[in-house]
Amino acid sequence: MTILKLAVRNLLGGGMKSWLNAVVLSLAYVTIIWTQGLYQGMDQQVSRTMIDAAVGGGQYWVEGYDPYDPFTLQDAHLKLTGILEELAQSREAAPVLIVQGTIYPNGRVQAALLKGIDPEQKVLMFPSSFLKDTDSEIPALIGSRMAQMTGLRTGDTVTVRWRDVHGTFDAQDLQIVQVMATSVQTIDIGQIWVPLKKLEEMAGVENEATIVIVKEGLVQADDIPGWTFRDLDFLLQDIKQIVRSKTVGASIFYAFLLFLAMLAIFNTQVLSIFRRRKEIGTLMALGLTRGRVIALFTVEGALHAILAALIGAVYGIPLLAYFVAKGWPLPAGTADSFGFALSEKLFPTYSGGLVVGTTVLVFIITTIVSFLPTRKIAKLKPTEALRGRLS
Amino acid sequence: MDDSVLIRTVDLVKIYPMGDQKLIALNRVNLILRKGEFAGLVGPSGSGKTTLLNIIGSLDSPTQGSAEVLGEKVETLSHRKAAELRNKHIGFIFQTFNLLSVYTVYENVEFPLLLLNLSPSQRKKAVIAALEWVHLADRAKSKPPQLSGGESQRVAVARAMVKRPDLVLADEPTANLDADNSHHILDTMEDLNRELGTTFLFSTHDQKVIEHLRRKISLVDGRIANDETVGDENRRKRP
Repeated sequence: MTILKLAVRNLLGGGMKSWLNAVVLSLAYVTIIWTQGLYQGMDQQVSRTMIDAAVGGGQYWVEGYDPYDPFTLQDAHLKLTGILEELAQSREAAPVLIVQGTIYPNGRVQAALLKGIDPEQKVLMFPSSFLKDTDSEIPALIGSRMAQMTGLRTGDTVTVRWRDVHGTFDAQDLQIVQVMATSVQTIDIGQIWVPLKKLEEMAGVENEATIVIVKEGLVQADDIPGWTFRDLDFLLQDIKQIVRSKTVGASIFYAFLLFLAMLAIFNTQVLSIFRRRKEIGTLMALGLTRGRVIALFTVEGALHAILAALIGAVYGIPLLAYFVAKGWPLPAGTADSFGFALSEKLFPTYSGGLVVGTTVLVFIITTIVSFLPTRKIAKLKPTEALRGRLS
Repeated sequence: MDDSVLIRTVDLVKIYPMGDQKLIALNRVNLILRKGEFAGLVGPSGSGKTTLLNIIGSLDSPTQGSAEVLGEKVETLSHRKAAELRNKHIGFIFQTFNLLSVYTVYENVEFPLLLLNLSPSQRKKAVIAALEWVHLADRAKSKPPQLSGGESQRVAVARAMVKRPDLVLADEPTANLDADNSHHILDTMEDLNRELGTTFLFSTHDQKVIEHLRRKISLVDGRIANDETVGDENRRKRP
């Protein structure tokens, strides 16, 4: 209790110096929590966007379908029956037929996946409604990246060639009715969305699909003959992997920030001991044992961490709350560079675990780095300390 | 040991290694100091005054011989026991005051009592009394940088005396003070010695201090060259 009282006196008596140390340390607290919150937010945002726009609550895949192997597409379609048909009719599931095709934009040849989707679907937050009630023979919807890659714009027509289920090649012009702005690259790059019924006609099938996307919250994990259910863990694994790799980078940054903050504290403590060696000698002469001197300096360091946490809370909470509400705008054009669906604004999320964990971690490390230099005091002779020397 | 004996050194030797050489700071010092004395170690710089004072104060240990302070042999004391001896029984006054600059005058004087785990009311009573002895009760809230040299040393005296120690060790206490302040401080210490019976041992070569001493122990090259009791007729008269 005495040591704590003395440490508080020293801290408060230190005036500007104490406040400056605490403010610097508080910057480390807030920056660490802020950056980690951004990555947590990114993780959640990416998952959310993918669920909303691409994967829904899970998908049934026709057996043999492999999105990474276009050759599987030829046979990857099956008639909707039973529960899948019921779900599709009640719009709790969105069947998607996928056909390999080739387009010829501006005299070039480019492979594209033709994806047929019900314009009235309610499963995905996807602008499929542009595909209904148009005068076009084959209305098509593409993403902004696809538009950029092909040079196609709304209103343009482009020839598409595909092979139907009988192995016959056919070709026709389709018209771009809308270029959608989406952050989800998996529904954008290399893909052309057309009405499901139209694609069924083109492919020579009826009421068939390659995948069936079920509505979020609708748990349909039962096996259906000919179909395999893919849950969100499976469908988001690539994205999660990328986010994890980004998080590793963030963790290195986190450790670096923590290291810098600790270096500052360590340096402050070393300087403090050097500068206060005469005071240490006086404390020893007045009857403080070496152990209690070490405890005093260590508690002083720990109090810096507590003061820093309080200061950090004063300006950090409003600052972080602002970013939670308003988001953090990414520099123009950088959203695509992350390799996954990211909107132009990042909305950080700060969990209790992150805030408490960071605070406790910084507190513990600050206490340790406060303790380390004070071990030197244990070797100090009172007479040498009083003369202002360090042995 | 005679109950009145506070300090007894027997063949006390202190040697400092200086590279390949050895510096003999104290050479077979034999000294007895009794309770209530107002004595001083007198001699030029390098004569061993501060070394002897440090050993008696258990801040340092002898190379050979024995130093018994309040019944404790300094050479055998652990760090913890030495700290306890200083905390409970010995007050220090330093040449450069050594006040804790971030503390107020009150907190500086209170510091030794915090280590003794006294209650807040006991501490307050003792601190106020100590500040009144040195006539600084009105500066209780000031901080050391706001004090003059004389005031700072009076705070140091109050800090040394607040726990009513058996022994006060004062190392060149007037070296940084002018004549008026020096005599004022010494008068205060003499009063405390007389009123409370506290034993004072000075280390000094300042004539102003020497004029106040009732016993003068002269050190030369680490040896006691002379040890004399000074009669009141040879001591400084108060104005």
